[in-house]
Amino acid sequence: MVQQAESYKVLSGRIKLPYQWTVGATGSKFFTELRDHKKIWGTKCPECKKVFVPPRKTCGTCFVDMGEWVELRPTGRLETFTVVHYHEPALHGMEPPFVYGIIKLDGADTGIAHYIGEVKDLESVKSGSRVEAVFREQREGSILDIKYFRLIG
Amino acid sequence: MERVAIIGVGQTKYERQKTEDSFADLVYEATTKAMADAEITIEEIDNVVTISNDFWDGRTISSMAVMDAAGAANKNASTVEGDGTFGALYGLMRILSGSYRTTLVVAHSKSSMGSLPIITNSMFDPIYYRSVGLDGISSAGLQARRYMDKYLVTEEDCALVSIKNHHNAKANPYAQLATELTVEDVMSSRALAEPIKLWDASPISDGAAAIILACENRAKKSAKKPAWVKGVGYCADAYYLGDRDLAEMDALSTAAKKAYSMAGITEPFKEIDVVELYDAFSYQELMWMEGLGFCDRGKAAKLVQEGVTQRQGSLAVNPSGGVLSAHPVLTAGLARLAETALQLRGEAEERQVEGAKTALAHGMNGSCGQGHCVWVLSQ
Amino acid sequence: MGQRVGIVGVGQTHHRSRRKDVNGIELINEAVQRALEETGLTRDDIDAVVIGNMDHFEGINYVDMWSVEGAGAIMKPIMKVTTGGTTGSSVAISAYHHVASGLFDVVLAIGWEKNSESDTTGGIITCSDPIWDRDYYAGAIPSLAVEASAYMKAYGVTEKDAARVSVRDRKNALRNPFAHLRREVTVEEVLSSPMLSYPIKLLDICPRTDGAAAVVFASESVAPKLTRQPAWVNATSVSHSYTYFGDIDYTSISSLEIASKDAYQQAGITDPFRQIDVIELYQPYSFAGLKWIEALGLCEPGEAPQLVWDGVTDLEGELPINPSGGVLSTNCIGATALLRVGEAALQIMGKAGERQVDAKVAVATGFGGCYWSDVMILGKEPR
Repeated sequence: MVQQAESYKVLSGRIKLPYQWTVGATGSKFFTELRDHKKIWGTKCPECKKVFVPPRKTCGTCFVDMGEWVELRPTGRLETFTVVHYHEPALHGMEPPFVYGIIKLDGADTGIAHYIGEVKDLESVKSGSRVEAVFREQREGSILDIKYFRLIG
Repeated sequence: MERVAIIGVGQTKYERQKTEDSFADLVYEATTKAMADAEITIEEIDNVVTISNDFWDGRTISSMAVMDAAGAANKNASTVEGDGTFGALYGLMRILSGSYRTTLVVAHSKSSMGSLPIITNSMFDPIYYRSVGLDGISSAGLQARRYMDKYLVTEEDCALVSIKNHHNAKANPYAQLATELTVEDVMSSRALAEPIKLWDASPISDGAAAIILACENRAKKSAKKPAWVKGVGYCADAYYLGDRDLAEMDALSTAAKKAYSMAGITEPFKEIDVVELYDAFSYQELMWMEGLGFCDRGKAAKLVQEGVTQRQGSLAVNPSGGVLSAHPVLTAGLARLAETALQLRGEAEERQVEGAKTALAHGMNGSCGQGHCVWVLSQ
Repeated sequence: MGQRVGIVGVGQTHHRSRRKDVNGIELINEAVQRALEETGLTRDDIDAVVIGNMDHFEGINYVDMWSVEGAGAIMKPIMKVTTGGTTGSSVAISAYHHVASGLFDVVLAIGWEKNSESDTTGGIITCSDPIWDRDYYAGAIPSLAVEASAYMKAYGVTEKDAARVSVRDRKNALRNPFAHLRREVTVEEVLSSPMLSYPIKLLDICPRTDGAAAVVFASESVAPKLTRQPAWVNATSVSHSYTYFGDIDYTSISSLEIASKDAYQQAGITDPFRQIDVIELYQPYSFAGLKWIEALGLCEPGEAPQLVWDGVTDLEGELPINPSGGVLSTNCIGATALLRVGEAALQIMGKAGERQVDAKVAVATGFGGCYWSDVMILGKEPR
């Protein structure tokens, strides 16, 4: 009869649950435009006039539905960025060191979070840099249809 | 607001990996410690609020695993999924409503068990953000960069916070990472998500904490000096990272204003003696100090440089070592409340701040400090 | 100490198996907008929000933070309460305490679930302890089936008795424009529906639903200005038991017995059968509609089938149960228990449309987790 455990067992396991997230009508239109036309659209609040990208159905502050769509140019300003040095294969689409940024597209009032790619010199990435979207050849209607943003100018 | 006080606190030691303890073991340890501290029996505890999170625990209805260990069998009980400060707030409401005289609030964390990047990545909305791969650390890097660019704060400024808190941790028997560091140590530590380096970031921690709240009648009979709740406030900002200027903290200032107004505090820097705030990263201590109104924007670094926020300074910040020294997720906010209660009682031993009469405890929820909860307590 | 609290408005979505047109945040927003419309309030008038759902069904961590845009909670106090199946009632009870505490005058309680987004049973299985229970725990249906079998054996209750419960609830749903399943069923149809886990068949069990509910709680000084007849919260009680499925005594649901006794005492109810006018019972499967009303003290153990066959619990009966169609007709899990509270409130407020019954005292229950029970009693008068 075992009187006392000599060591503490550890059991390993994973939770694997499949998900099918409904994007909604607003998001569906956004992704369809990305996939079929390489165009980025936002929605504009009729009250505060803010242009939301990625688009939302409802302005969370004014609490009204936004029916107006605004097409945005694929260029914008890097609001902030970070150079990532660790690698998490389940999450990262790039090898470290790579760059994440928040990009405010020209004409938008909110920013998009995405990769900054084609960075030859990490020192060259600065807040305020001008960037443009680079699209994938094969697109499927997701935020990753944008491959990354790259520095321009 | 009616008078309610913290009459008991309990914490486990925070460690990188507590293999010998299950969630229930941790909760039982913190609960029984708080009960012993308050000299209260389980029968006298009217109701229980547990704090747990299904992702961190790897189970749906995560509260199921700990309710019994929290002494909640056959009692009214509920669960808040969020930082400990929010759970404690619900526990407070349940007394203020007149329904209960005492509430036990207990939180646990076994961050060592799961994959932090994947668990924090799941905070991000699956439609627009999640597949980009952001997690708790990379998103914090985005905020740190923005704050430092806008307010001209340097990495060396942040390093001073890390040095102070890891030094303070030496006086805290519960803290995980207690050590002396130099600016060079911090600056040369491994980069995670620039400008955040290893010593700028909090560790992975296991542990639990519990507090017992009591109505005035019961608190007056308490074995220990009650730590009275004077003001509370909480608030959440917009969700999408790109929807807000990450260098700004409207939600924190709103929460603080509410708490200060209830507590009758008009000059936080002068009137508050000790602060335990949620510094998951070194830059955050500087930001939250500004958001709490202790100084103007961009000026927190100066306070740290001048030693004002040292344990012996006029506004001691994180004498416990803070979250940088031990980060049991969810539990960390409750630990901030436990620490401030000990300070007000004069029982904080080697980490005691002399003459601590009024204290502030702060916790946060969500990515990049989207949600904040502020408590003001006094003797 | 504390102020009295009334429910002044309820908003809910039209519940469906799959809402393809809206994502989670938009679904929540629909219910919230409806609640605001009902009460004539704007987002600015809401002092705080409490929200709940079951994380793994949508795979989103920190739902309170994620939902702010749709929940109307930007720059407001918000927290998440989650306790499994009882989530909706825990959220309601939390909203009650938020207001009763005196900290807030108007609080929005939100419950929601988009069960279509994942494998519900797969998600539920993770509630079991990974070391002791998970290898054999096969989800909600089999564990309820064990309870049903024990009940049948103890009292000679039959599958036909349980089927009569399904018939009642599914018929009631025809009068509820929001209900998910709105097609009547007969006893024969229930008995011949596919067996899932003996004795539970397809028509004995609740569906999976996408849906949201938002309920507005207000303090006694504000409530009468927002609606003619608030549904005053007269009692709240929670009881739970057991962490491991092997510990459960399947012959009785002690948590509901304890919680209801406590709630009756708070509300001054000494004769539940006579003093309660309507019950929205969290009844995830038909047999519960028999066994659990015994636990509520409406009759002796084993006597529930007679009560149900006599039509006492039908819409026109002495003590209607589930006029909304109940959980058998709609089950968006995070919202389900909140809908019990909301529907009970609508009865007291006189706003239950075609499913209205004459009600001065209403009881709403929640069920979930490892046999946990919540009870809330609402009345026309504050206590």
